[in-house]
Amino acid sequence: MTQFNALMGGLFILTAFGIVGLRQILGSLRLFVAQSLLLAASAFILGATHASVHLFVVAGIVLVVKAFFIPWLLYRVLSHELHAKREIEQALDVTTSLLLAAGLTVIAYFLVNPLLIAASDPFIRINLPVGMAGVLLGAYAVAVRREALPQLLGILTMENGAFFAGISIASDLPLLTELAAAFDVLIIAVVVGLLTRRIHKQVGTTLVGVMARLKEE
Amino acid sequence: MALFVILLIPLLVAGLSMIPTKNAKVSARATILGAATVFVLSLFLALGTAPGKQVGVPAFTSWFSTDGLSLLVLLLVSFVGFTASLFSLGYVGRTVPENHQDRIRRYYRRFNLFLLSMLAVPLLSQIAMVWIAVELTTLLSVFLVGFENTPESLEAAWKYVVLTCMGAALALMGVLILYWGLFISGGGEFTWSLLKTASPKIPPVFLTTAFILFLVGFGTKAGLVPLHTWLPDAHSQAPSPICALLSGVETTTALYVILRFLPMVSGSPESALSTWLLVFGLISVGVSAFLLIQVKDYKRLFAYSTIEHMGIILVAAGLSSGTGYAGAVYLILAHALTKSFCFFSAGATLLVTKTREISSVRGLIRLSPVTGSSLMIGGLAIAGAPPFAVFLGEFSIIRAGLAQGQYGVIGALAFFIGIAFCGIMYQVNRMVFGKVSNPGEQLPLPMSCAATLIVAAVPVLLLGLFVPDSLYDLLRLAALSLGR
Repeated sequence: MTQFNALMGGLFILTAFGIVGLRQILGSLRLFVAQSLLLAASAFILGATHASVHLFVVAGIVLVVKAFFIPWLLYRVLSHELHAKREIEQALDVTTSLLLAAGLTVIAYFLVNPLLIAASDPFIRINLPVGMAGVLLGAYAVAVRREALPQLLGILTMENGAFFAGISIASDLPLLTELAAAFDVLIIAVVVGLLTRRIHKQVGTTLVGVMARLKEE
Repeated sequence: MALFVILLIPLLVAGLSMIPTKNAKVSARATILGAATVFVLSLFLALGTAPGKQVGVPAFTSWFSTDGLSLLVLLLVSFVGFTASLFSLGYVGRTVPENHQDRIRRYYRRFNLFLLSMLAVPLLSQIAMVWIAVELTTLLSVFLVGFENTPESLEAAWKYVVLTCMGAALALMGVLILYWGLFISGGGEFTWSLLKTASPKIPPVFLTTAFILFLVGFGTKAGLVPLHTWLPDAHSQAPSPICALLSGVETTTALYVILRFLPMVSGSPESALSTWLLVFGLISVGVSAFLLIQVKDYKRLFAYSTIEHMGIILVAAGLSSGTGYAGAVYLILAHALTKSFCFFSAGATLLVTKTREISSVRGLIRLSPVTGSSLMIGGLAIAGAPPFAVFLGEFSIIRAGLAQGQYGVIGALAFFIGIAFCGIMYQVNRMVFGKVSNPGEQLPLPMSCAATLIVAAVPVLLLGLFVPDSLYDLLRLAALSLGR
């Protein structure tokens, strides 16, 4: 079981790398779906090992909200974006940004290393560093991507990363909190999606990285 | 029960604003009435508090409870919420065309939901729920920031939501690690009060990691440098009553969460963590002071001053002494009241002159005596001139620092405060006095806006000279709840 979970963790990081570097918007969204499925799978494995109904419920929430509802919503709201036949604008070229992303993954392991001493559970040793790497890679994607939807996917990757760590280290948070957190992620997707559409309508572009009207002279 | 009622009222009014009536004045009046009721309830709660007395909801104490600090924040949010609702009546009535009643209703619905999320932050005691409430304050105010629907306001809204959501995800990591630490040390309810008692048993490395994630994550929301870039944009592009809420109390609620952490870490590895606070605070004060000098837009001027004040409060908290905490708490009070007043005056200036540029506004006091004099009072008060409350707060922080021998920190702090003072006063002076350059046709200030200026001016003018006993007790309790 531990090994299977490690596989999920490895694939999870891989999807986060894809969110940083993939050039097609629709492909990025599909990667996000895959990432959410991996998160649900990991929650399921942990739930099976610890015999925790709670984690099964979390896996279910993730499946419904993140792997199905959010992508469907973005697909509905931003279909013109998703089918645009162009490459995503980046602040850095893909090779450099993937190299930096690899560096960030290493940093994530170093950041959580002092905490792992206290970890008795083998799952934490995988989920916490992978989750932290997901958070950092998501933040990096927001910084390096210049378009609206890829930036949103960066934020959602950060949340997924935090959840990936959370299912191992905070597995018995009250269920109400988990529900509220899932609801919160949903609102992020709705709000940012609608805002993107409005920007597209008013400004005529979703290249949010080049919007720079507001600054000091 | 009062806590539930406080949260229920904005929710009801938000629901009411969705009913399609012919005239949106109904939702405006309901909002004012609701916010006033919330303020009165909060006032009774806050001034009736006593040491060790916890106001909670029976059977829900592990979810909702309050102490000195949270009651202070609640009081400030509800007061600014009330004045902002009053200002909205005139401001929105003037800026949104008559035939767009549905837009006005949408504004009030969002206004109430935003107010609800901010009221929830101090009332909730489960840390995970507090995180969600802070995140909701962002998400429910995004479309208020972008309300004017111009390219500029949409850009501001975008930067606002992206950066603060990034911060929130980091903070979530901090919340989870904190929960893990609590679980290792024996577990229990994940509330502020339990963490305070359990913190000596939690391994220090957990507290340190969680604290730094909190500081960076919620610090983004409070506008700490270097993650402040969204703040001047959002706080200048939103409609003025929303600016008053954003700048006056939304930043305070984010800072409140960081300050809540202090009692847990003021144990063993104290020195290192308070250095973090001092460094972050000083950088914020310094950078914002120098950015203040070169602004061209008077709403951005006040926005940078918010970053400056957040930095000063952080420095005061970093002194980690009783007197430092007292200064921090007093400055929180002074900042929220004064900054909201400043944004009301800025909004009135915008209504009178229809421009945001400092260089196009001259001789405001001749154009509109009420607006001109309130901008002058606001400028003096926020820059920290005696005898206003901000001055007293800054002075007590500087004195606390000197008493502890932190000469380097306090020297730098005083220098930056001096620069910011000159920056604000130079610009405000040029706007208020001088020769009127373009005496075009002037619209008089709406009645409700003038009324708001008068209501909001009362605490600004009085607080530096006189603090009522019950408010003094509340401040003392709030400062106590910062220490261990």
